[in-house]
Amino acid sequence: MKIRKIIERIFFFLLVVWAASTITFFIPRISSRNPVRERFGQLARSGGFAPADLEIIIESFNQKFGLDLPLWEQYTNYVGSLARLDLGVSMFQFPKTVGELINESLPWTIGLLVTTTILSFIIGNLMGAIAAWPKAPRWLRNLAMPFVLFMGVPPVLLAIFLLFFIAFRLKFLPLGGAYSIGTVPNLSLEFALDVLKHQILPATAMIFGSVGGWVLSMRGMGITIQGEDYVLFAEHKGLSGFTIFKDYYLRNALLPQVTAFALALGNVVSSGIIIEQLFGLPGIGTLLHNAIKFNDFVVIYGVVLFITIAIAALMVFVELLYPLLDPRIQD
Amino acid sequence: MTTTTITNSEEIKKPSNLSLRLGYIRRNPGLALGVAILISLILFTVIGLMNIDSDDAYPLSVMGRQAPSIEFPFGTDYFGRDLYAALVVGMWQTALIGVIAGAIGTFIGIILGFVSAFYGGILDTIIKGVCQILMPIPVFLIQVIIAGSLNKDDVTVFTMALIVVLLAWMWPTLVIRSQVLSMKERQFVSVAKLSGMNNIEIIFAEIFPNLLPFIAASFVWSVFSAVFASFYLAVIGLGPLREPLLGNIIWGAQSQGAFFNGWWWWPLAPATLMVLILTSLALINMGLDELANPRVRRTE
Repeated sequence: MKIRKIIERIFFFLLVVWAASTITFFIPRISSRNPVRERFGQLARSGGFAPADLEIIIESFNQKFGLDLPLWEQYTNYVGSLARLDLGVSMFQFPKTVGELINESLPWTIGLLVTTTILSFIIGNLMGAIAAWPKAPRWLRNLAMPFVLFMGVPPVLLAIFLLFFIAFRLKFLPLGGAYSIGTVPNLSLEFALDVLKHQILPATAMIFGSVGGWVLSMRGMGITIQGEDYVLFAEHKGLSGFTIFKDYYLRNALLPQVTAFALALGNVVSSGIIIEQLFGLPGIGTLLHNAIKFNDFVVIYGVVLFITIAIAALMVFVELLYPLLDPRIQD
Repeated sequence: MTTTTITNSEEIKKPSNLSLRLGYIRRNPGLALGVAILISLILFTVIGLMNIDSDDAYPLSVMGRQAPSIEFPFGTDYFGRDLYAALVVGMWQTALIGVIAGAIGTFIGIILGFVSAFYGGILDTIIKGVCQILMPIPVFLIQVIIAGSLNKDDVTVFTMALIVVLLAWMWPTLVIRSQVLSMKERQFVSVAKLSGMNNIEIIFAEIFPNLLPFIAASFVWSVFSAVFASFYLAVIGLGPLREPLLGNIIWGAQSQGAFFNGWWWWPLAPATLMVLILTSLALINMGLDELANPRVRRTE
């Protein structure tokens, strides 16, 4: 039974990846834009070579990248190389593969997104649980209200206000960049602190932008669970308020939030891409943005697919992990 | 005897229902606040549209880089746009995108949700399956690809709305589907069936009116997600670059290094308006959700 469920989930995962890859493959091909011609046209205009050679260059380029093949053949090649986890070679940063480019920028993105997502999950759920807990002091329960009020506000807007007040007016923190201009990345403590200083504003924006959602859903969960018999029973047993809160109330209310966590990852990534771009951080978002700017569609596919696969895999992972957290759903 | 009591109770019930809802708005400060913000935003846009010369919303119409003053209450930007005019036009265009995309998304959601829930079988499996497979794919990334592969001239306010709606119908579909599924089992539908109504009649006369609050909530949700998505696309420079969409103004400010150069007013005003729009829509959506179904609290 359990194995069947795992196989089912993996099949679903493959379906998601296939759907995503097919969409990313076909959309740019349907469009009337020709990235190769556009790019070399630009180069030709800026005087890189004689315009007469343009056609020859484009032709050899298309041949090299297999763009002269019929569409279905391109598609099968593409799916085949995907199955070998080969995302292709960047068209405009030529010798580099998409895998290498992702590798270079991934640490920045993971560093920012993983920390902020986990932090906001913890802060939001704790605040939400307290907001629904009748025995908590009133001021503590109302602490979460401003976050709920600004729940719909994306992190990038918060970031603009943070930039204005903290970096522009008070000059406490830098206005952008991953590290101070003029420093060379190295492994010293000084450099680490410099990087950390540059991460504070983007991280704060990411956290504040997502806490509200957690607060709200956790509060709803909490209110439902309060009425449950086992919470009443625990109270009548004379357990301390803290024990009830921690073991009877929080533990059970958290379960559905874990599933929601997996679903939230897509939004986190989208916000992360924009935040990176706003602050000029060299992560996946900036990689994608530059690829869009130059219409380097091999890189665009690669990044989009990579993110989709990562998110879908995490979702499957969370779902398979779920029985461990909730022993009631054993099979 | 019995007939008179029924008509009587119906007559009494209707106004009391309305006053209950009004009372609910009073008890639900979030919804009231959301509506209040939305009304003031609409007033800002409408009054603005009557006051401004919409040419000033486009580049090279006024002297650039001026801080807010009496002549230009929101300042002017690097490209020589009067930001007040730009914001008003931007608000109008944002509303246009939101309403068009929201309406289309909800419409598709209603149709697919009804078909899926009411007829069941293979159709239901397909619709539900497609929705579930598409849901984990980050919508924003797909929109980025679509917007990125369009010719710059093809990106207008209307194509933005279409791009945004392309992947925004799954959630309304799933919501409407689950509501219709639960409503289908209620007694009044069985009664209607037994009394000889056909499917179409049941859908329009029995189920649809009861679904209206859910449809309203999912319409507001669709508008919210459309505004959100078009804002994100515009902020990374994939919007209709010529138009003063709020996201485009912020993108312009960002790419010209507005804070580095001290032009703080440039990104701040559109950001404030965007916060107000999104907050008011989120509050209204939350309020409507509770209004539609007080028992089910939002969990996801």
